[in-house]
Amino acid sequence: MIELSAITKSFNSGKPNQFTAVDNVTLVVNPQQITVLKGPSGSGKTSLLALIGCMARPTSGRIFLRGVAAAVPFQQEGMESVEITSLPERFLNDIRRSTFGFIFQQFNLVKGITVLENVMLPAYPTGERRSDFRVRALALLEQFSLSRHAGQRIELLSGGELQRVAIARALINNPSIIIADEPTAHLDSKLSQEFMAIVGRLKGEGKSVLIASHDPIVFDSPLIDRIVEMRDGSVVNSRSCR
Amino acid sequence: MRRSILFILFITAAMTTFLLLPLHARHARQRIAGNDRQHNAQLQNLHVTDLCLATEARYTRHPAMADRHAPFQEHPLALEHFPSGSLVMPNMTERNKR
Amino acid sequence: MKRSLERHLNILEFTLASLLRRRGKNLSLLAMYLLVVFILASLLFFVAALKREAAIILNDAPDMIVQRLMAGRQDLVPVRYAAEIAQIRGVAAVRPRYWGYYYDTLNGANYTIMASDDPALPPESAAIGSGVAKARNLKVGDLLPLTSYNRAPVMLEIHSIFSSSADLIAADTILMPPADFQKLFNFPNSQATDLAVSVRNPQELPTVAAKIASQYPDSRPILKREIQRTYQSIFDWRGGMTLMVLTSALLSFIIFAWDKGTGLSAEERKEIGILKSIGWETSDVLLLKFWEGIVISLTAFLLGVVLAYGHVFFLSAPLFAQALKGWSVLYPSFQLVPVVDLYQITVLFFLTVVPYTAATIIPCWRAATIDPDTAMRY
Repeated sequence: MIELSAITKSFNSGKPNQFTAVDNVTLVVNPQQITVLKGPSGSGKTSLLALIGCMARPTSGRIFLRGVAAAVPFQQEGMESVEITSLPERFLNDIRRSTFGFIFQQFNLVKGITVLENVMLPAYPTGERRSDFRVRALALLEQFSLSRHAGQRIELLSGGELQRVAIARALINNPSIIIADEPTAHLDSKLSQEFMAIVGRLKGEGKSVLIASHDPIVFDSPLIDRIVEMRDGSVVNSRSCR
Repeated sequence: MRRSILFILFITAAMTTFLLLPLHARHARQRIAGNDRQHNAQLQNLHVTDLCLATEARYTRHPAMADRHAPFQEHPLALEHFPSGSLVMPNMTERNKR
Repeated sequence: MKRSLERHLNILEFTLASLLRRRGKNLSLLAMYLLVVFILASLLFFVAALKREAAIILNDAPDMIVQRLMAGRQDLVPVRYAAEIAQIRGVAAVRPRYWGYYYDTLNGANYTIMASDDPALPPESAAIGSGVAKARNLKVGDLLPLTSYNRAPVMLEIHSIFSSSADLIAADTILMPPADFQKLFNFPNSQATDLAVSVRNPQELPTVAAKIASQYPDSRPILKREIQRTYQSIFDWRGGMTLMVLTSALLSFIIFAWDKGTGLSAEERKEIGILKSIGWETSDVLLLKFWEGIVISLTAFLLGVVLAYGHVFFLSAPLFAQALKGWSVLYPSFQLVPVVDLYQITVLFFLTVVPYTAATIIPCWRAATIDPDTAMRY
């Protein structure tokens, strides 16, 4: 469970061009559910995802991770929650790597190297044995029917395949939470449906999924559990779909 | 095999060869020191002062025996040293033209 | 420990994959780098080895050579000087040396002719350097015809040929008994080319030299120390000249490398952003760039130095032979004795590997410190 309490994120604070991307958001994201952040572009969805995903720190407010076996060395016994906003950079990175998997709007795959290398990329700096995560990566490629592309370079793949590579990469470190930012923006309807089917499967495997999107295929999908509507950095409506 | 392991093996081999160079040099010096001395007994009597490197002219053959500036002067590959050199060309005789 | 080793290996793995992407560019960069290191290292090895040879030869050289000057040019020394100089306090021995040059009209080579009173050398025979033997195609027992001062032929039987390991001293030398030397050049009996003086105490050398100079105003004493200095300066000068030219090559390479490094392309910048966004830390990215620099520069350095060693000490530096040969007809095929000057190699290392690696890492520093969430906004 992720708990956000009074989160605010401002840019250029104190300057005339100050603007607040996320404004006093209090929110609970339930585990093993699909939560969709819905709203027009510029409503603060991406910023909120970045804050939750430990990519940026909020200007004020706190974020708690509960029930997540985060790789924090000083986690005390019986302490189920980690307050991530005050953690030093290094631990934040550890948590980010082990807890979150990211899927980006532009896929953000590295050109020139193979599909397999791309999938393994997030695991390189963890210090895990390459042979171990290579097995995992191959299994993921198998799962997303990309096995025959493993040795190919990214440039040769189609949009749908790229999307699946990006998902496989997000899963390589076995995260419990998947964060996807406008994942269907560059996909046609059929591929978007396919993506939602994959997300449903991930949920079935016990992952929590957090998607920012303004695509009806995403937020009208019967698979999602909860819709959080955002506008101008604030949550305007949060409802359960069950 | 992994590329990184291959690379490390390669660099280790190169590094080892590199580190062996001084050892090889020392070994070679010791090996040569012995036999070099004896068969040059005849030469040693001559009290040679110069290395036989460039035999093209006297001052290049025996720089130690020439004038102080000679080694730096008329050597055909030497960069011109003296201001006058930009005006005075070397003497081209019929013989030298060849 | 194990994890950090794995992390290094993994990141190195990605570095290699990443370098192989731009195979042509990186390989040509490596080749160029290798060439610069190779030539610089060859030069360092070559000069160091020659310096050492010169130092060894000079160890056996006489303490002092006394020449005579006549009208500002070197002239023959009266042999009687020898006996008189031997009287000077501190002088151990004085030996007149008879030597000169012989221009071979057949092949245009210059030989060094020396008279030797070695009893092993019978009259009308000669001991020759291997360079002479090669130039005239001679074997032991053959006859070497020389033309004397008045065009009369002088025939010498080859008594021995110096082994090629002595090439650096005597490749062009013809050694003959004093009588034949006299006959060849019509050398005046009472004169010598110069005098080799040895003293009992090297400390007294300058004093003895001053005494000789004052006793014979037309003489020029050359101290062993001066010869040594001349040699050092010749090699330093020749090596230095080449080094200067090469340094400019090195500098332009550094500028090129710097340009390549600092002109971080938008693609590379984006790539760093992607790595940051998928969980790489700043230090991971810098480690990647560090390896990128090391893979190229260390490979070039190690291979360059090893190849240079082979080039100079196993192949006798064919690249420099042309420069040394100049116009000479005879060129000694010497085998240099290997010398490795660790100080110079270390300097070379710091001149090549360090700047390149720094040029690879530093420009990425800023790109690597961006917030990971910026990658979400491409």
